[in-house]
Amino acid sequence: MTRAVVTVIGVDRPGIVAGVSRVLADHNVNIEDISQTVLRDIFAMVMLVDLSEADVSLKELRRELERVGKELGVEVVVQHEDVYRAMHRV
Amino acid sequence: MGRLDVEEALEAVEMVRRMNLDVRAVTLGVSLLDCASPDPSELCERVKRKLLDVAGDLVEVVEEVEEELGVPIVHKRIAVTPCCLIVAPAARELGEEAALQLADALDEAAEEVGVDFIGGYTALVYDGFAEGDEVVLDTIPEAIERTERLCASVVVADERYGINMEAIKRTAEAVKETAERTDGHGCARLVALTNAPENTPFMAGAFHGVGQPDACVNVGISGPGVVRAVIEELGDADFRTLHDEIKRTAFKITRVGELVGRRVAERLGVEFGAVDLSLAPTPEEGDSVAEILEGIGLESCGCPGSTAALHLLMDAVKKGGAAATSRHGGYSEAFIPVSEDAGMARAAKRALTLEKLEAMTAVCSVGIDMVVIPGDTPVETIAGIIADEAAIGVATGKPTAVRIIPAPGKEPSDEFEMGGLLGKAPVMDVSDYRPTMFERRGRIPPKFPR
Repeated sequence: MTRAVVTVIGVDRPGIVAGVSRVLADHNVNIEDISQTVLRDIFAMVMLVDLSEADVSLKELRRELERVGKELGVEVVVQHEDVYRAMHRV
Repeated sequence: MGRLDVEEALEAVEMVRRMNLDVRAVTLGVSLLDCASPDPSELCERVKRKLLDVAGDLVEVVEEVEEELGVPIVHKRIAVTPCCLIVAPAARELGEEAALQLADALDEAAEEVGVDFIGGYTALVYDGFAEGDEVVLDTIPEAIERTERLCASVVVADERYGINMEAIKRTAEAVKETAERTDGHGCARLVALTNAPENTPFMAGAFHGVGQPDACVNVGISGPGVVRAVIEELGDADFRTLHDEIKRTAFKITRVGELVGRRVAERLGVEFGAVDLSLAPTPEEGDSVAEILEGIGLESCGCPGSTAALHLLMDAVKKGGAAATSRHGGYSEAFIPVSEDAGMARAAKRALTLEKLEAMTAVCSVGIDMVVIPGDTPVETIAGIIADEAAIGVATGKPTAVRIIPAPGKEPSDEFEMGGLLGKAPVMDVSDYRPTMFERRGRIPPKFPR
């Protein structure tokens, strides 16, 4: 199973969550966990997503989310779950 | 995986995006012991075939892992069995020309596979000269001149066997001749080593030791930018807090290196070797070990206190890194190359002298690295610098190296541009007084065990 951590950072405004989730839904990527916060005046959202039923690869999903992020004026970063796990889970 | 923690996820992202976290090098070690042949063209043919066979997919696999994990991997490299061990039978036929043909074959294979460097044009002479050592050592300047990717190294000393002073003098001559043949630039691919690690992923000193498996992947981590950012955030924290936070950061960086190495090795179907815990800087702004030391509390790297700051950094990096991987290898130190670290290059115009740099290398490996000196520096002086560094290595039991560039036509305080990730540096002043000890022959005996 391939899971990824999708991180969205930017100035808060309406439509960010909707824009990012739409891409995920369009490609049948399931959101397993979602947290958001405002950190140092910046909106930050983190999602754990599952790509096992997805119709795109992690690489393609990253490209598309980065493109949508640009349109929304936020930065979207997609990392493999393993990177997060390696750094923060012993 | 438990609940996501936003702060933790952001940290992982920030490290890569804003603090230059990357994996510096993935190096595939390949044994060429089975390639030796008395026929020089047969030797070259076997070497090329083996490298294409074992390393043919390296670049593709590394790029695949890079994309998948979203962590940049800067260099892909190959390290081979020291050429001195395989070239002798062919050299009996063709003399030095056999070694040069082998150098060409390695360079061609590296180009074909798509790696930026191939290391292992190496002579192991810490305890004397064998036939293969002689031809390699004598051909280093020409081999570097006629290749683009080949890295050469000479292991001149070892704590168990002593310091080969004749080898040091000959290496200094090779450094000087390489500089003259390549306008200084080739010296970035030539290093004199003490207590050489046989599994380092870092160039120019990487080679694949005889005790290693047929092929294995070694990984070099990076992350000075991350450590520097952490120190900045801590403000006026006490030393123990600093140490603790550096340690935690080193742990995280190393875990990423371990993850990358494991995955690349698995996909290539070879063993995963070691993670080199070294903090490797780049000329990029903010990705500097010197700036970490200055962040700990120095007006300029190289001023009094620099050795203590470096010691604190190194100890924390090693303790954190060692908890993150069960197989650390290579140097596992902070690299303080002058040209490759913008902060070091700046410091060389301020507090940092060659002598202080030498003192700092007593608490971290790697030694005098990427230091540019005047082009008219005598061979004996270069030999003296190498011998001092070898003595520090032998006395402390740590690997040390000298990679020095006597840039033709350059004088102290001139700038010398190495290009790309090799950076640029001011020419550092060397003592006008020169050693006369190299008129003597032989070796300095091994050190008495502690």
